[in-house]
Amino acid sequence: MELFTNQVLAGIATGAIYACMALAVVMIYQAIDHLNFAQGEMAMFSTFISWQLMQWGIAYWWAFLLTLVISFVGGIVIERLLFKPLAKAPVLTNVAGFIALFAVVNSVAGLIWDFTIKQYPTPFGSSPFLGSQLISTHQAGMIGVTLLLLVALYVFFQFTRIGLAMRAAASLPESARLVGINTSWMIALGWGMASAIGAIAGILIAPVVFLEPNMMGGVLIYGFAAAVLGGLTSPLGAVLGGFLVGIFENLAGTYIPGVGNELKLPIALALIITVLVVKPAGLLGRPIVKRV
Amino acid sequence: MTSMLNVKDLRAYYGQVQALHGLSFALNEGSLTTLLGANGAGKTTTLRAICNMVRSTGAIEFEGKPLSGQSTENVVRLGIAHVPQGRGTFTTLTVEENLQLGAITRNDRKNIVSDIERMYDHFPVLKERHTQQAGTLSGGEQQMLAVARALMLRPRLMLLDEPSFGLAPLIVRDLFKILGKINREDKVTILVVEQNAQLALELADQAYVIETGRIVMSGNAKDIATNEDVRKSYLGY
Repeated sequence: MELFTNQVLAGIATGAIYACMALAVVMIYQAIDHLNFAQGEMAMFSTFISWQLMQWGIAYWWAFLLTLVISFVGGIVIERLLFKPLAKAPVLTNVAGFIALFAVVNSVAGLIWDFTIKQYPTPFGSSPFLGSQLISTHQAGMIGVTLLLLVALYVFFQFTRIGLAMRAAASLPESARLVGINTSWMIALGWGMASAIGAIAGILIAPVVFLEPNMMGGVLIYGFAAAVLGGLTSPLGAVLGGFLVGIFENLAGTYIPGVGNELKLPIALALIITVLVVKPAGLLGRPIVKRV
Repeated sequence: MTSMLNVKDLRAYYGQVQALHGLSFALNEGSLTTLLGANGAGKTTTLRAICNMVRSTGAIEFEGKPLSGQSTENVVRLGIAHVPQGRGTFTTLTVEENLQLGAITRNDRKNIVSDIERMYDHFPVLKERHTQQAGTLSGGEQQMLAVARALMLRPRLMLLDEPSFGLAPLIVRDLFKILGKINREDKVTILVVEQNAQLALELADQAYVIETGRIVMSGNAKDIATNEDVRKSYLGY
């Protein structure tokens, strides 16, 4: 029983990271209807930036905040330079754009910081959380930060005018322009936010997977699985999906004979396909009601 | 009377196809004008050209300012509200959020709240349903929502694209009554594109008739309504 509880809690903790990645993916999917394959690499790059800032002697939380700002601006710049010109291009062109971005960001990170694995600090420490052996303080911190982020996003989208404008632009761009919303900048804003959310995910997971240019590969696949499971149209679903995928991954690795660590990743892919076949809208993907 | 909107030699294109062939007309401030014509005559294109939603050439001036080259959202910010064909309802958002979006470019928050209340007075059914997803409203209710959303901008000029489309005759009468009231009481200049010529001419004071991208007739709505030839050849009733 203790093993089970332990695995569930550990699953929730890593699930928090998948939830962040899924949130970032959903953010961009809502804005431009494409999955950002480079989301993980962008997050990895942000994490390196924060590491570099700390190497220069900036305190953890200042580096964290500064990285969020840099990532936000970086996301907007990427959208303006690369994806705004592709806005009317076919799907495959966009996919090529994402893959190019993936390759470029990955290589540039390797070029600047090389491919050796680096230690990354945690501000939460790694002692047992509240004296319990089940999860560490860092894992608890990951869960806490993710939940805070979710609440902040909920408040932003439900109760601010700019959040409302972003939702309108995502659901019906032409009508949004007709009420005076600059939809093009709403998309850029979505990219900036997704990039910043990705940075949070990268910074939180780096102490666990260690810092190196390929650190986000597996995490992004789980993030996609989480987004698909929760529903690509629902930020709340993405977070729920993240936690579920985290738990599922850990339990499958522990209890299904022969799965172990090596076969965990295909489980995410199997999950994606199963959801797409059984419930394409995902758990919380909004069924759109329409009367004609 | 000064003219609020001046359109000169407007030509519009969809790809290679030319839809408007040098349209010119003017709207007087405070007027309620209707643009009539058969299917495919270019009525919708005219409205879309004013808001720069279609490629066009020619001069469009709103209160002395040229609109060409302005993005759609900037045209709207000048005070031109456009109720598009098909209503453009944000179906996944609530009724109240739709209304708030109408005022998204305004900064006078207090007045926005009272304007929403005013819309509920105009259209009580919207108040009953204000927390509902707008997609669940009936066609008539969605049309009311579209008009209300446009009014939330506090527009100087309102463009309506076939507001009667798909609505029951009684609801159309109600809607037109409200449009008349808005025109008189709120001093909103209105340009309404209609296929329901009879009703539109009852409501409007000015009318233009358009055929294959050209204005073929213009004048006082009453005169056009009583002109036997016009009725037979262009309005089909």
